[in-house]
Amino acid sequence: MDLVFLAELTVNGALTGLLYSLFAIGLVLIYKSSSVPNLAQGALTMLGAYVVLAFSHNMGLPLWVAIPLAVVIMFFVGIGIEKVALRRLAGRPVIMILMMTMGIDIFLRGTTLAIWGGSSRSVDLGVSYEPLFVGDMLLSRIHIVGASVALALFVAFFLFFRSRLGIRLRAISDDYMASWSVGISVERGVGLSWGLASIVAVATGVIWGEIQGVDQSLSILLLKGLTVAVLGGLDSIIGAIVAGIILGILESVGSFYLDEIVGGGSRDLIVAAVLILTVMIRPHGLFGRHDIERV
Amino acid sequence: MFYGLSGVRHNSYVSDSKLFPVPADRNAVVFFLLLGLAAPYLVSSLYLNSYILPWLIWTAAVLGLNLVTGWAGQLHLGYAAVMAVGAYSAVHAAKFGIPWEFALLIGGLASSVIGSLFAFAALRTKGLYLALTTLAMQFVMDWVLTHSPTIAGGSHASLQSPTFALLGQDITSDAGLYYVAFGWCVLVTIFMLNLRRTGLGRALVAVREKDFAAAILGVNSFYYKLVAFAASSFIAGVSGAILVATFYFLAAPEQFAVNVSIQVLAMVIVGGLGSILGSYLGAALILLMPGVVNQLFSLGANLLGLDLGIETLAHIPNAAYGALIVIFLMVEPLGLGKLYANVRDYLMVWPFDQLKK
Repeated sequence: MDLVFLAELTVNGALTGLLYSLFAIGLVLIYKSSSVPNLAQGALTMLGAYVVLAFSHNMGLPLWVAIPLAVVIMFFVGIGIEKVALRRLAGRPVIMILMMTMGIDIFLRGTTLAIWGGSSRSVDLGVSYEPLFVGDMLLSRIHIVGASVALALFVAFFLFFRSRLGIRLRAISDDYMASWSVGISVERGVGLSWGLASIVAVATGVIWGEIQGVDQSLSILLLKGLTVAVLGGLDSIIGAIVAGIILGILESVGSFYLDEIVGGGSRDLIVAAVLILTVMIRPHGLFGRHDIERV
Repeated sequence: MFYGLSGVRHNSYVSDSKLFPVPADRNAVVFFLLLGLAAPYLVSSLYLNSYILPWLIWTAAVLGLNLVTGWAGQLHLGYAAVMAVGAYSAVHAAKFGIPWEFALLIGGLASSVIGSLFAFAALRTKGLYLALTTLAMQFVMDWVLTHSPTIAGGSHASLQSPTFALLGQDITSDAGLYYVAFGWCVLVTIFMLNLRRTGLGRALVAVREKDFAAAILGVNSFYYKLVAFAASSFIAGVSGAILVATFYFLAAPEQFAVNVSIQVLAMVIVGGLGSILGSYLGAALILLMPGVVNQLFSLGANLLGLDLGIETLAHIPNAAYGALIVIFLMVEPLGLGKLYANVRDYLMVWPFDQLKK
């Protein structure tokens, strides 16, 4: 076990982790504004990738047209979901909200696969599969692209939350009633956050679709995304980025050592363990607000 | 009309807290009980063993989840994992030569022990965080099942269940297996019906409504959460064991995977939180729906002359299943049980419903 290999595991883990962050940012955006844990984010990601494919492969549009078109469509899909399904559940017990997002997840997954079929396809972003050599380390190009997209989105949202509209969203996430009383349309803000999360889902879907093919397995990212979001604190975007890097490194280095002991497949185990430990020890995560209620 | 309340006067608390205060309810239950007993003579064995039997076992399982989610108000996304514990321990015990009666008991107790671990999560967190913890535990359990050949049964990861037997009698006939499932479902139903009349049931409801308030009233909320998880896990374990012994005949990890947990929760939601009748209806709807939807779509496609691919047909039931959950939550969040209760409340006072308003 030499240091270079360990460094390679760490860097690749961190890059993969940033891709989980990409997914988690979508969860955080929605949770921040409306305290809804969006279990449908996995299906939205899958749908985003399939919509891009529908434009680029089925209609033959170039990717630089297909992706913006998909972004626009998914933005309205997100707003629509919020308006039709989630808004009337406001104030209901969390089990109903959870079950609603889960129902949407099942519905979207079923519909997507019924329309486009389940066979795995690639997005063909045009990123070469040749590994990139940095010193003695082998890095995957597509992971670097994805990680940069995650960081770019983070910067974009950082700036966005300093704009007029972003400040409105922050006010909503601080206090529903207070924002209402000063004339902020809470409904519109929450809808907007769903739209933004769906845009993030397109980005996630395209990057992950390039890595592992566009198929049903995209929606399985949900557990990892949730773990990252919870570890980061559910309502903090910087938390999602940091937690993603931490989880990615833990997963990549940890599974290297654990796989020899338990005979493979320890990645999921590490993710589940991180989720359980986070909730048990520090339910508000690394950067989350402390108002999470303990029994 | 059907539920005439005239002539029903309760003069004491005992008579007011009877299991069925309205005679019509009792008569209906007796009727359906007789129907259930006579089912093997009324229905062909194909329908009996491929629809009614799994329906009854799933109903028992749903009632167990309803105990912890509907009554005690604790979210549980790892219910299938608890069922798996019961199923695997019972089958292993039976293979070891222990009679099935005790094997089922062992399965239930093993589930209770593992399920109580979930309750320790409930001690520290609730709501969303409890849901996430139980979900993670489900993934851990899946992983254990698929990665430990000793539990899951060799390289094929399937475990043959020995012939089911009670009191030394091998039970192999269709009717016999049906009666086992029927008996278990009736037992669980009687337990749940009586639960709401006992202090335990009321304490659980108090914990659900507000645990601080319950604590102020002297209800030890942690103790009752633990009881709820243990009891519901026991029901889950035995249901899982019976499901494997009388329906699947073979235990495999994917029978108890995450999507099964979600399916049981969907049955609870569609049926109605805390509703016993709803558990029956919800389980029936979720179990039957995929087949019916598939039939409908292939019929419709034939009529319109459309050519739906096999893949499309395979995924439509999933979409319909999701849509069903969404629609129920939008239209009647308290599920089928509440729909029935609305009709019943209306008919109770019919034709004098103006008195209610």
